[in-house]
Amino acid sequence: MAIEVRIPTILRGYTGGAKSVEGSGDTLAGLIADLDERYGGLADRLVDDSGGTAGLRRFVNVYLNDEDVRFLGGLDAPLKDGDTVTVLPAVAGGAR
Amino acid sequence: MLTLPGPLRAAIIAHARADHPDEACGVIAGPAGSDRPERFIPMTNAERSPTFYRFDSMEQLRVWREMDDRDEEPVVIYHSHTATEAYPSRTDISYASEPGAHYVLVSTRDPDEAEVRSFRIVDGVVTEELIRAAGDGPERPAPE
Repeated sequence: MAIEVRIPTILRGYTGGAKSVEGSGDTLAGLIADLDERYGGLADRLVDDSGGTAGLRRFVNVYLNDEDVRFLGGLDAPLKDGDTVTVLPAVAGGAR
Repeated sequence: MLTLPGPLRAAIIAHARADHPDEACGVIAGPAGSDRPERFIPMTNAERSPTFYRFDSMEQLRVWREMDDRDEEPVVIYHSHTATEAYPSRTDISYASEPGAHYVLVSTRDPDEAEVRSFRIVDGVVTEELIRAAGDGPERPAPE
């Protein structure tokens, strides 16, 4: 099972500079765990584990094919062979 | 240093004025590796707030994919502060996620005069930089 994962510039330090890596998993959580085994530290940039329940970090956008994974079950989103997962850190800020 | 052609600087200010008192935000894309801002892309502020901005996540995906297809990158990421100075806040610094971009801040706190300043934000460190309009430079000798 192969899922293409597109990595944003700011996280390429974890993947040795690679813009795209491959992983596998039945859910997004599984895929992230799989990636973290080869690219240690990557999971912590994507998942917030504090406070008891793990969830995707608020200011990281993760997309499954063409949709925001927040609407597909977040970490529980089911994946299939051939899917593409894209990670884009949110562009945000402000005076506050 | 950021080289920002006059019309692009004017477009940033116009966008900020139009969205005031909410913060405006957007990108200016340019050819990858060129450091030249060329293509102005105003973005929706999904927060619609006078003190916070965030790109809509689907709009961001579309724009980032488009830049990728065109071999471009986000050369400038701009946003406005509507009541404070054109300087990166702690929030701006903590969310800066494009280490190669010039972060342009506009302040619309004064109704007559917009402040426009540019910064690099890398690993939590802010460095202000000069903005020059394209074509500025040392005096050239007149042609013979």
